[in-house]
Amino acid sequence: MKVLVAVKRVIDYNVKVRVKADQSDVDLANVKMALNPFCEIAVEEAVRLKEKGIAEEVVVVSIGPKAVQEQLRTALALGADRAIQVETDDMPDSLAVAKLLQGVVDKEQPQLVILGKQAIDSDNNQTGQMLGALTGMPQGTFASKVDMAEGSVNVTREVDGGLQTVKLSLPAIVTTDLRLNEPRYASLPNIMKAKRKPLDVMSADDLSVAVNRTVKLLKVEPPAERSAGVKVADVAELVEKLKNEAKVI
Amino acid sequence: MSILVIAEHDNQELSPATLKTLAAAQQMGGDVEVLVAGHDCQAVADAVANVEGVSKVRVADNAAYGHFLAENLGALVAELGKDYSHVVAPATTTGKNFMPRVAALLDVAQVSDIIAVESADTFKRPIYAGNAIATVQSEDAIKVITVRATAFDAVAAEGGNASVEAVDTVIDNDKSEFVGEELAESERPDLTSASVVISGGRGMQNGENFHLLEKVADKLGAAVGASRAAVDAGFVPNDMQVGQTGKIVAPELYIAVGISGAIQHLAGMKDSKVIVAINKDEEAPIFQVADYGLVADLFDVLPELEQAL
Repeated sequence: MKVLVAVKRVIDYNVKVRVKADQSDVDLANVKMALNPFCEIAVEEAVRLKEKGIAEEVVVVSIGPKAVQEQLRTALALGADRAIQVETDDMPDSLAVAKLLQGVVDKEQPQLVILGKQAIDSDNNQTGQMLGALTGMPQGTFASKVDMAEGSVNVTREVDGGLQTVKLSLPAIVTTDLRLNEPRYASLPNIMKAKRKPLDVMSADDLSVAVNRTVKLLKVEPPAERSAGVKVADVAELVEKLKNEAKVI
Repeated sequence: MSILVIAEHDNQELSPATLKTLAAAQQMGGDVEVLVAGHDCQAVADAVANVEGVSKVRVADNAAYGHFLAENLGALVAELGKDYSHVVAPATTTGKNFMPRVAALLDVAQVSDIIAVESADTFKRPIYAGNAIATVQSEDAIKVITVRATAFDAVAAEGGNASVEAVDTVIDNDKSEFVGEELAESERPDLTSASVVISGGRGMQNGENFHLLEKVADKLGAAVGASRAAVDAGFVPNDMQVGQTGKIVAPELYIAVGISGAIQHLAGMKDSKVIVAINKDEEAPIFQVADYGLVADLFDVLPELEQAL
């Protein structure tokens, strides 16, 4: 079985984002970039399937400018076998990404596609589901457990009320939630080995996809700041303030 | 212009998130119609017909929609959505699951998790875990939108008198099926709609200690939540998680107990009206957003608080 994992290059989750003075976007100049944490979980899940002998090959794909190759190398160091970069000028929106991934799915014919449930920059939570609709594949989103069977997969999903399990016939799409697994760290020998693993580059034209954007970013602002309030000395003072000052109890 | 709102429900009751989503839809302008898709869900349709400002209720009642599978629901909503200017649903795990399929089937972008409606085509939404707010304009003919319910005040559940009509379209599929679910049973109010929320973090040390929070919650009529650290550590189940990737809450009063205040947690609760932080580490970042901070050991404070209320 072949597993395809789609990954995104995003700002490192430890970096405090700052909005540009002209409010055109957040400032990403000289900021540390990383593999999106949910995508890291997706790579880990695929690699574990390979280690269990369920998957034969793990192919990782990312869409964007040349810089995304850095994250593809990270995924290779974590255990993916080969990588594909679909080169675009900037980061396309979710629908364009899903169309490009559909092109890759058509070429690669994976039995399972694993993606992170959302990227921590745009927080959209769309791409996996869109890819599902475009390819006609069933989806198990927000997965906390993935159980492979013959020709199908059971996915346990984190939903608002608790957990839900769905059975999907293959090929299928899984998007990862935080508790699916704990990704490993790449060892130095594996980082070195990753440099020699194959990385193919293709263009949107190769996949016959027109990349356009129908949602315009007009402005980006910092959120309303909350200022620190007061410290209270004890429980009695807290309850008194909540009753008489804040009037919330 | 007309707007189709997809109701969120459990086949018996309408979820409060739908009333808030309707408030957002009404700000977009135009007639607001509601789709109730489910199985044996007539009671929900009747409830929606009474909601203020709803012009029509469309009911797709079939076993295929009983568990809200994204494959079926997405295809149904895309089919019906062609006739509307906006297709809108709450950004719950159900809405997040099927709505992007609707957008892709309609070949349009989706605007996720809006917190304000500027005009019929322009919306505000949080990005980077709420550390920036983007204003975006959609040029698509059909706007597919999910709504962060906590950012809007619910419309009145009474006062409407909408017509109810059946939708006969049945879309089923043989690639996905519902196997089962484990839903949390609780006598307490729902996290996302409670007016008071008390949450515990890693400082709670274990799951049993959450009983201390529950006792206080019972006095306040509060819902009980948790930080990601507490969920990851296995203290409590995932449905209690408040944060960027868990539930977004905005109650009148939020009490954070033994929570340090990681950015991802703040993203889920910083729009609460009043925030109380109880933590023995006076440097904890949670104090920077708290209206009232109490630097003390939570194991001393919680029993005292229960007594004092």
